[in-house]
Order: sequence, then structure tokens, then C-alpha cells
Amino acid sequence: MKARNFHYIKPASLAHALRILANADGEAVPVAGGQSLLAGLNMRLSAPKLLVDIGDLDELRGQSRTADSVRLGALTRHADLLTSDLVAQDLPLLRTAAPHIGHLAIRNRGTLGGSLAYADPAAELPACAVALDASLVLGSLLGEREVRAEDFFKGLFETDLRPGELIVAVKFPIQPAGTRVAFAELSRRHGDFALVGLAVVASMQGDRLDKARPVYFGCADRAMFAPSVAAAITGLRPPFDDDSAFAPAIRQDLSPDDMPGLRADTRLHMATVLTGRVLNSLSERAAA
Amino acid sequence: MIGDEEIAIETTLNGKPLKTRVRARQHLADFLRQELELTGTHLGCEHGICGACTVLIDGRTARSCLTLAAQISGHAVETIEGLSDSGKLAELQAEFIARNAAQCGFCSSGLLLTAYEVVASGAQLSRSEIREVISGNMCRCTGYHAIVDAIQAVMTKGRC
Repeated sequence: MKARNFHYIKPASLAHALRILANADGEAVPVAGGQSLLAGLNMRLSAPKLLVDIGDLDELRGQSRTADSVRLGALTRHADLLTSDLVAQDLPLLRTAAPHIGHLAIRNRGTLGGSLAYADPAAELPACAVALDASLVLGSLLGEREVRAEDFFKGLFETDLRPGELIVAVKFPIQPAGTRVAFAELSRRHGDFALVGLAVVASMQGDRLDKARPVYFGCADRAMFAPSVAAAITGLRPPFDDDSAFAPAIRQDLSPDDMPGLRADTRLHMATVLTGRVLNSLSERAAA
Repeated sequence: MIGDEEIAIETTLNGKPLKTRVRARQHLADFLRQELELTGTHLGCEHGICGACTVLIDGRTARSCLTLAAQISGHAVETIEGLSDSGKLAELQAEFIARNAAQCGFCSSGLLLTAYEVVASGAQLSRSEIREVISGNMCRCTGYHAIVDAIQAVMTKGRC
């Protein structure tokens, strides 16, 4: 199908873009890579009045590192996550997750800020941002504010973004030495939406899991930190021979709905199998 | 009421500068096919799944159904027509033909461009890695084996 009509404007600067967004009464949608947005427009799932093309704004690019965090511009493309030395060194979770995002051509266009703003519950990067305890830098005419990823995602395609606000960058805290990360997802086809996915960031005490942040996606209305699973695996030594240590906790944290073609208990089983795989890969993975 | 707003764009298409006006809501695939009659770029699903509409934007593959024509202003676009005429795809095309890797031909332009991006990067990939690269391009004749063979042949020769 074809998109409904809309106005299109390409601001010359970030300040210009923020002015347009502020004056649009919430009717404007920013577009950068457009890899989810345009599919939705073509299928007429959404019909905004105004698209604000932020895709060429240099202020939204760039990668930098301070002593305690890595800052990635909102226009960082998924493909950049696979080639950036900074990401490889300090954010191995993002590098591990990136190949799971769509396909080659999608990764060439889609952006970090776009994926977080769209807040698809099956998307990889929101889960990574929550697992890494990232903060989103939101710009508006009023200035900037920072929101923790865990507080940013409110529900199905729902975020803490207020009218007139734009994600300008994401700050990822530098993980302590020895932190380990793992990521996996189950989907019907390569590049298809995850039926269940899991990102884990964990520190180790010797060979035992100390503080673990398991974040599930694709099986709730948003990327979701699983506190019971985190508590259940703390102090344990991977690899796990069976799932008895964490299976009951998964059932406490996740309550997926029945879907046509996929029962809730099937999905819980998949989550349990996936959790075992991800936790076992933690013990093999080199320290971050 | 929002009309069919027109946007002025300046772009480079297949190596030549192009200055024109496009409708705001027209995606790149429709612009190429309907306004410029470059019909080698095919349109299958129109929501980013099938890969038939693949073009190169600034040298990287992109879905032209998920890109607005207005968004290419200031960027360089290459299509199957330009890359065929320039001879950049000649090696891949010859290997596709040798193996009948283009059956009905609908997916071929997208697959050739996806293959071109990785072959031109100099990557040497295993068969399973090649399959992963082309996983975003659907061949409904299901002739993937011959397509992987053709890409691997060009990769092994180390030129494109």
C-alpha cells in the first residue's frame, strides 16, 4: 500500500528541528532511517501529519567516551555498531546484538535513536539499553534531560518522550572490568521479529554470577528487566546442567499472552531454553 | 487537507546529478519506477521484507520502499540500471547466468545489489555467512543454492 499524505520538512540544524517539533502540537514525527516508521506508513498503521527528517543532522552523529560512559549519537546506524572500535571495546553487548537486527540493508539505514523511540517490544536495542542501564538524552527547546532506559519504555510502542522532545544521544555506562555479556533470540526466520529474546549483563565473583541484569524482549509489552531471574541466578556458577535454578523465576517475571500459533506456555518454554543457552554462554564469553 | 506536497531535491543518480521535485509521500522505489521509468528496481512487499527494491544509497544497500524520495537529497543513489551499465555487476551477472541463478528474475536485481555490497567490500564469506547476508532478499522460485554458488564464485575470484 501507499502512505497517506503528509507534510515533509528537512530542518537544517538540531535547533531548527526542535523548533518545528515544539510548534507541531504533537502532530510531528521525526524520521531518520525510517526502517520501521515507513513500513508502518506504507501499511497505514500510522498517519502523522508532518515528518521531520532529522537523518542528516550532524549534531545527532558521533561516538565519544568519557571516564564513565560511552555516548552514541542518536543517528548511529545499526551497521555502525558492527564496525565501531569503541563499541567493540566498551559495548560488546551491542556488537553481539546488532547482527540480529533486521537484515543488511535495514542495518545500513536504521538508527539507534529510531529503534529506541519506536519502542517495538520485539526490538533488540531497547533490551540492550535496559540491560546496560543506559540513559537517553532527550533534547527539546527547554534543554536536555536524561531518562534511564528502564524508565523510558512505558509499554507497547509507548515511551516517556513528550511532545517536542527528540532523542539526541544515548549514554552507556562503562561496565566494570570483568563484566560479561550475552545475547540471543529465537525467531521463526533470520531477521524476523524475536518470539523471545534475552540480553544479559553480569559481573562475576570468581566463577560465580554476582550482579546480573537479564532483560527479556519479544515476550512482553516492552523490554523487561526480570528481577526474579536476576535474584535466582545470583551466586550460582554457570554453566547450568538443567533449568531448575531459573525456570520458576521466569514464570514469575514473564506472563506472555496466548497468540494465534503460539501458546503462552510454549513461549515460556522457549524463554527457559533460551535463558539456559544465554547463561551458559556467559561462562564462555571473554570479559568485556 | 494535506495536498500532494512537492519537495525539491538534488541528488546523484547512477553517477549523474539530478535536480527535480518529488511528492512528499512518494517512496524512492515508486519515484524510480514511475517518474524516471527505471523499472529494474522491483517492488514486492512494500514494507521492507522481500528485498526486491534494494538500491545503493551512498554505496550501501537500502530498501527503496522504506526510503522517501525526498530523503535522498544530498545523497548518491545507484540502481541496477546504473550498476549494470557501468559494468560493476558484470562478473556477478555472468555467474548468475551461468548457474541459472536468475529464474523468474523478480528478486535478481535486489540480490545482485546485496551481493555486490559484500563482494565489493572484499569480504571472504563461508556459504552460511553468504546465506545470512542474502537472508533479507527473498527468491520465491527458491533458487537460493545457485545464488549462493554464484556469489561464492565471484568472491573466490576476488573481484567484482
